[in-house]
Amino acid sequence: MTTTTTPIPPTQPLPGSRAKSQNWLSKLWHLHWTWRVTWGYLAVMLLIPTVLMLLKAIQEGPGKFWEVATSPIALSTYDVTFVTAFIAAVINGLFGTLIAWVLIRYTFPGKRFLEGVIDLPFALPTAVAGLTLATVYSNNGWIGSMFAPFGIQISFTRLGVGIAMVFISLPFVVRTVQPVLGEIEKELEEAAWCLGASQWQTFWRVLLPPILPAILTGIALGFSRAVGEYGSTVIISSNIPFKDLIAPVLVFQNLEAYDYTGATIIGTVMLLLSLLLLFVINFIQAWGQRYVIK
Amino acid sequence: MSSNKPVSSPNSQRKSWVPIVLILIAVGYVALVLLIPAANVFYQAFSKGFGPFVDTLKLHDFQVAVGLTISLALIAVPVNTFFGLCAAWALARKRFPGRTLILSIIDLPFSISPVVAGLMIVLVYGRVGWLGPWLLDHNIQVVFAFPGMVLATIFVSLPFVAREVIPVLEEVGPEQEEAAKILGANEWQTFWRVTLPNIRWGLLYGVLLTNARAMGEFGAVAVVSGNIAGKTQSLPLFVEEAYKNYQTESAYGAAVILGLLAVFTLVVQELLERRTRIKEVE
Repeated sequence: MTTTTTPIPPTQPLPGSRAKSQNWLSKLWHLHWTWRVTWGYLAVMLLIPTVLMLLKAIQEGPGKFWEVATSPIALSTYDVTFVTAFIAAVINGLFGTLIAWVLIRYTFPGKRFLEGVIDLPFALPTAVAGLTLATVYSNNGWIGSMFAPFGIQISFTRLGVGIAMVFISLPFVVRTVQPVLGEIEKELEEAAWCLGASQWQTFWRVLLPPILPAILTGIALGFSRAVGEYGSTVIISSNIPFKDLIAPVLVFQNLEAYDYTGATIIGTVMLLLSLLLLFVINFIQAWGQRYVIK
Repeated sequence: MSSNKPVSSPNSQRKSWVPIVLILIAVGYVALVLLIPAANVFYQAFSKGFGPFVDTLKLHDFQVAVGLTISLALIAVPVNTFFGLCAAWALARKRFPGRTLILSIIDLPFSISPVVAGLMIVLVYGRVGWLGPWLLDHNIQVVFAFPGMVLATIFVSLPFVAREVIPVLEEVGPEQEEAAKILGANEWQTFWRVTLPNIRWGLLYGVLLTNARAMGEFGAVAVVSGNIAGKTQSLPLFVEEAYKNYQTESAYGAAVILGLLAVFTLVVQELLERRTRIKEVE
């Protein structure tokens, strides 16, 4: 044991709340200093700001809160933000699983490069990502010019916002599925084949169940990141209300207009969603533990 | 291509085109979403030679932005490393009810939108914030100034070190530390001689990610900085501002610097991963 967190009072503790609370206080007082640093830091940096924002939102009263949170412009930003992020996360769920599969099971030239480059969205500053995506997918950019003749405009539309969200949420599914897939032994598949299962059946019945929690976790993490994303989406979007304006930009615009109430309320809606997602992700991970054989 | 054949099984031998198609789809997707845009950063910056790039380097606002970005990282990285180590040491060795909850709380900055993080800082330290009036009385400017940018940077890069170190500490187990204690080592000696060598690669990895995020953060810093060119404009903010003002060359000149930071991060990350893999094999 590294800590001294069990200071039992020399006198027999009296039954009752007073003795209990004293015990609790002295426990807190005698916490190991690493714990004190951890609690203090989390409190100052995270908990107090979060609680203060929620308090400020509550102060506005439920009527005002509801009115701002469900104003037409707010509803349209939720639509653009949450629906687009969800689609982007699901697309990455499909392709991310495929990439993880390819990386685990096959060898091919350039595999190590592919492996290294997957984490690029984590390492590349989002402003740079937005800048280059906006250029490449613009009507005269490298990729955008291929779509322009068909009347498909990508940059500065909702589609562009979707592309930016796909970019930043790409690594999540790959990185959560890869280790789980790597642990599944090849023998399991071969056993299924020997028993006469087709490749598709093997995938569907043998491989998918154990990796499904990882895929869902990856999708949820990617969704959570895409919903909150600001840097890349603000640059590739034209930020026009009711067209491709996202919720984080609305918060920002409210702040710039000194509308602290509006910013706080939309910000609180986003915070509550983040907390909900965190809960969902933890739940999926706990559920996924069922498949861990140890 | 014979090298694309999977290990060996009659089924996949018969369908040897399956792996090739899957590999092509995977590579195509990554190319479309990641590689082409990444290559474009370098192409745009140098397509007209080194001239425009050098011109960007000479801009006063650019130089201030680089200085600010480096200062932000120089403060945020050590502070978060210290906290991350404390949190990891406290959390890795104990099982208690609510432990997962604390781990989730540490992860919160990942799921909170950077803009909302910036908003929180404004609501605490800003003029209408809870500490705002007191700060104004004492002539301390946090929001729209450097301290606010530091707070925003610290906030968004908070979890990385703890996240990377906790699993390593859990895997190593407490036995070696206990042995050191029994042999008479004090806490500091135990940490320095036993714990630190065990966690060094994980720690380095966490520091690297903290640094990349600290230098690259846009949303949270944009909210609290006020974005005054040459004063409170970090490098990512400079990129966006230049782009919005149609100074595409300056934007890409600065973007290349940040892109190199990303390349550096990925290369070191790969090296660190190889280290840990070799260690595992041993």
